[in-house]
Amino acid sequence: MKKTRVNFPRFGSYDICVEHIIKSGLDCEYVYAPPITKKTLEIGTKNSPDFVCTPFKYNLGGYIEAIEAGANTLIQVGGVCRLGYYGELQERILKDLGYDVKFINLSNGNFKNPITFYEEFKKINPNLHIKKLAQACALAVKMVEVIDKIEDYIRQNVGFEKIEGSFDKLHEEFLEDLRDINDKKELNLLSRLYMKKLKKVEVEKPKNPLKVGFVGEYYTIMDQYSNHYMEKELAKKGIIIYRWMNLTNSILNPNTKEVKQSIKNYAKYDMGATAMYTIKKAIDYAKEGCDGIIHVKSFGCTPEIDTMPVLQRISEDYKIPIIYFSFDSQTSDVGINTRIEAFYDMIMMRKEEKKK
Amino acid sequence: MTIGIPRAFLYYRYHTLWETFFEELGLDYIVSPETNKDIIARGTSHAMDESCLSSKIYTGHVDYLIDKCDYILIPRIASFANKKEIVCSKFQAIYDVIKNTYREKELKILYYSIDVHNKETELKAFLKMGKFLGKKKTQILKAYYIAKQAEKTQKMIEINNQKNVLQKDKIKILIVSHPYNIYDKYVGEPILNALKEMDCEAIIGCVVDEKHAREKAKAITPTLPWTFNKELVGSIAIYKDQVDGIILVSSFPCGPDSLVNEMIIRKIKDKPIINLILDAQEGTAGMETRIESFIDIIRLRKEKEYEEDKS
Repeated sequence: MKKTRVNFPRFGSYDICVEHIIKSGLDCEYVYAPPITKKTLEIGTKNSPDFVCTPFKYNLGGYIEAIEAGANTLIQVGGVCRLGYYGELQERILKDLGYDVKFINLSNGNFKNPITFYEEFKKINPNLHIKKLAQACALAVKMVEVIDKIEDYIRQNVGFEKIEGSFDKLHEEFLEDLRDINDKKELNLLSRLYMKKLKKVEVEKPKNPLKVGFVGEYYTIMDQYSNHYMEKELAKKGIIIYRWMNLTNSILNPNTKEVKQSIKNYAKYDMGATAMYTIKKAIDYAKEGCDGIIHVKSFGCTPEIDTMPVLQRISEDYKIPIIYFSFDSQTSDVGINTRIEAFYDMIMMRKEEKKK
Repeated sequence: MTIGIPRAFLYYRYHTLWETFFEELGLDYIVSPETNKDIIARGTSHAMDESCLSSKIYTGHVDYLIDKCDYILIPRIASFANKKEIVCSKFQAIYDVIKNTYREKELKILYYSIDVHNKETELKAFLKMGKFLGKKKTQILKAYYIAKQAEKTQKMIEINNQKNVLQKDKIKILIVSHPYNIYDKYVGEPILNALKEMDCEAIIGCVVDEKHAREKAKAITPTLPWTFNKELVGSIAIYKDQVDGIILVSSFPCGPDSLVNEMIIRKIKDKPIINLILDAQEGTAGMETRIESFIDIIRLRKEKEYEEDKS
């Protein structure tokens, strides 16, 4: 029998957690797709419908690269927007392309009835040990939390490092070590160790640095390649970057009720997918005194397009500049950098004005 | 008091229900005119650039109604059916989108919300709306049930009429399109006209028993989540064998359609299919040419089959 070699689409740093579930929870091999490049997007675009959202194209391109790297079992998650239908169509496209792979589509499962997910996982390993799987999942969740904590810290400090590249280097080492974690105890130690190391990195923060908050669509905001490393580009100019949107905050502790309540001056209803969080965080960043807000999404993302008229009102009410970025396969670095430069100049000048 | 109804989006699904309901309650209403250049221009200038053509048209109709009525009807729908079904988030968001887009105008909006996942049914929603309009519960209930009956009858008539069309000995083309696209005077009607001119009959996919269609869709694509698209995919299963070709009509850049059309093209192999994308550009010449060549191919194929049958 062929050995099961599993791949999950690259998504921020989180694939390490999926790797853990596959290896420790399901006793299968995990195959990393090569890092996302322009080629990934090209392959994805070539085989995707025209105006589908960009994450679909990244995922599809990534699957094909993973298959070429030896994967024979692919996983796709479900979701409340178009993501909920990604899996079935991607499976079909890969089949039409002639790839003989097993496709695990978590959209077949039902959150109200977790046993349905068990059925899906059983397709990966029919002899799976439920206790082992549950343990691996629990640790993976903790890993997500640690990743988010570490990356939050970096985001807020990387713009001020004395020696360029110190945080990046630590980040890489951290991810490397995270791969070898076997239990909660090890994870806690690792988390503490790296927080200590991060805090030791010398930073030179001005008294009142510029602060920018990121809001927007799930995939594009969390996947640095998809947003052309925008966070880092901005941070390098000496800006503290805030980004609430990560898996810990959005999936593990979403607190929908409170969010709904806090945006009621702007939205009566849940506007779909991550729209509520986008609005809520834009208000928070404005209130907390950020100098600007950046909204990112893939081209055509309906729920996020629909937040834009709301964000415009928030921008008026709190007198905070908001800039909107939409990414598709045609987006060029040059265009983005020019707009970021202009945005930076603007918030910088506003800050100077305020000082007077 | 006059209620203004935008002739766009859900109007095409619910106009019988809405109009009868308001009439039964003795309320006046106006419906915005058929989509025209002016309405498209209004929509394009007020809606977000990237939003789909259909929602720009909707915005245009709302814009037209401002200052022409006391309330503009803008319902919001999050879910119709079981937990596995959703609707395009546009329908969840449209109330708040319009509200924010026109904040300085302080629009008076008549609204209701349907979200079956959270136990907000249509009946509950209409009761609330009726109460807001100052009507008594018995009055509202009566109006609602009469309106429901009218809606049902209307649908039956439409389906029956379509049955007659299916009997005709002409080339028949199934139009798979959200009703707000194909029935729109400005963007959809040119397609129907082009078919008429080529002596073809259009079979409209959304003229179908919706529940039955949704059931049928499961066999073709089990994880498809959008209720409206399920009905359209189901209509293919129901009408496919009685038509000669299929035209998929979508507005640019419709989220659900972007995936579902691709799935349809990949799964339905025994009928010729084309995919028409509607945008706000002027002129229908390009689209007409595509329809003409599509029909020509179907004709040729039919003649060939006929010849083969003879020999």
